[in-house]
Amino acid sequence: MSVALRIEGLDVWFGDGRDRVDAVKEAGFEVATGESFGLVGESGSGKSTILRAITGLARDWSGLIEVEGKRIEGARRDRAFFKTVQMVFQDPYASLHPRHTVDQVLSETLSLHKLGDVDARVVRLLDDVGLGAKFRFRYPHQLSGGQRQRVAIARALAGEPDILLLDEPTSALDVSVQAEILNLLTDLRAEHGLTYLMVSHDLPVIGHMCDRLAVMKDGRIVEVMGVEALRRGEAREDYSRDLLAASVGA
Amino acid sequence: MTLLEVENLRVKFPTRQGVFEAVRGVSFSLGKERLGIVGESGSGKSMTGRAILRLIRPPGIVEADGIRLEGRNLLDLSETAMRKVRGQKISMVMQDPKFSLNPVMRVGDQIMEAYLLHNRSSKAEARRRAIEMLEAVSIRDPERVLRAYPHEVSGGMGQRIMIAMMLIPDPQILIADEPTSALDVSVQRQVLGIMDRLVKDRGMGLIFISHDLNLVSEFCDRVLIMYAGRVVETCAADKLHEATHPYTRGLLNSLPRLDEPRRHLEVLQRDPAWAEEGGA
Ligand SMILES: Nc1ncnc2c1ncn2[C@@H]1O[C@H](COP(=O)(O)OP(=O)(O)OP(=O)(O)O)[C@@H](O)[C@H]1O
Ligand SMILES: Nc1ncnc2c1ncn2[C@@H]1O[C@H](COP(=O)(O)OP(=O)(O)OP(=O)(O)O)[C@@H](O)[C@H]1O
Ligand SMILES: [Mg+2]
Ligand SMILES: [Mg+2]
Repeated sequence: MSVALRIEGLDVWFGDGRDRVDAVKEAGFEVATGESFGLVGESGSGKSTILRAITGLARDWSGLIEVEGKRIEGARRDRAFFKTVQMVFQDPYASLHPRHTVDQVLSETLSLHKLGDVDARVVRLLDDVGLGAKFRFRYPHQLSGGQRQRVAIARALAGEPDILLLDEPTSALDVSVQAEILNLLTDLRAEHGLTYLMVSHDLPVIGHMCDRLAVMKDGRIVEVMGVEALRRGEAREDYSRDLLAASVGA
Repeated sequence: MTLLEVENLRVKFPTRQGVFEAVRGVSFSLGKERLGIVGESGSGKSMTGRAILRLIRPPGIVEADGIRLEGRNLLDLSETAMRKVRGQKISMVMQDPKFSLNPVMRVGDQIMEAYLLHNRSSKAEARRRAIEMLEAVSIRDPERVLRAYPHEVSGGMGQRIMIAMMLIPDPQILIADEPTSALDVSVQRQVLGIMDRLVKDRGMGLIFISHDLNLVSEFCDRVLIMYAGRVVETCAADKLHEATHPYTRGLLNSLPRLDEPRRHLEVLQRDPAWAEEGGA
């Protein structure tokens, strides 16, 4: 079994003095190639920050981040990194350029990855995420919230990455589109052996998509558990137990 | 008592392929209650909310036989009068929370500015109230968050800041567009509790837009179910699980469940007849 992603003793912080935030403290976990791993925990507990440290968006960190056996340093990521790892952001509004059409967003990403046959690929990608060609020349403000998120997913898939970091990929979507996107992600993982690291506050979604998950609280990982334990509501730590109980509506 | 009456609302966008109707003849009335609007992505939920406040950007067009608030048709008001309505009578929490905050202004300055606009008080008082409001939406380190810029808070924190701000003017009607989609269950409950108290204690009317059917059926009094710009079914929220429209049934069946693992989730098999006007 090879390891797609290894995190060890990860600390991530922002600011200094009285505004210093230790957003992630001594976090560690491994995600095997082809595995789907979930991150859950309360709002502000550091889930997005872990993904942002991996992609170089959170600059101040220490510890070990290894992607497909290669150790990553600092905040610079080269093109090869983004060929391997892509991220779908929590906030589809902020992540799409307001003055670029869907077509521009996807074409530029494809040419950045030096992929040919751009025209056909754009159409394929739009089909894959359930939008279709009629959305191709729209601007972000002409799309609903869910439609924007699908464009963001299409952009992440454009470069055919091995590892996808998914930050609440379906929390802005209605349940029918959520089902379509989750099915798409399930099939892509099966077809291409993709690895997922997925943040969600929706435990049924994590239960559906992930093999294992980590529970976070106050920047720390309090527990790593298998999906079977999640389904049975069996958690070792008090905090995770409360979280499970609240979600199952007990 | 009816607070708001919407009659035959239409929202149209001219596009290259002709006029696209995002909302097609929606009618409903809102009392001192929690009214849910659910429906799939693109069904016109946000456009309905924005149209009430006349916040549809050109070239979009809003038409209606009436959008009546206290006997006045909002469509007849001047833009100045409309701004007053937005500031004092009807507040809206937008689906894109961080997008609606000013990115280059500290969170605290934005909350305090909104507070001072509606209250004659000192800056110190405004600051104290701002901290209280952040605490009310379960933000743990309000002092720091006041000094932070919008990009320095997490997704769920941004959503809660927006909710806190929208409650400042003490509105008669709150339109909340996916206000809790980024929140974990425990924080979600606290935020819902705040809105609930405003409905019960102050007689506010709440329009709660969400794609979370379970949440809406637990939290709201009535639910409108939208499809392709129309209301296809209206029901009591606690009867949502007994809804009969095949579209509503389809939505309910597409939820993942912890107790029933499966490889693929059910997806909607859309029937063109659902979108036809007159039929349902
Ligand atoms: N750029 C930044 N500058 C300062 N603080 C930040 C920054 N980004 C995040 N933080 C802080 O780090 C903490 C963790 O944030 P993070 O976004 O990782 O939370 P999260 O677990 O993803 O929460 P949510 O579920 O609400 O999205 C929060 O207290 C947040 O305010
Ligand atoms: N400026 C525009 N030009 C053309 N079409 C638009 C424009 N703005 C919105 N639309 C379309 O109007 C329809 C309704 O959008 P709306 O934002 O109300 O959907 P929604 O029900 O809120 O969906 P979601 O759950 O994804 O937020 C969508 O199909 C959208 O693409
Ligand atoms: Mg987050
Ligand atoms: Mg919307």
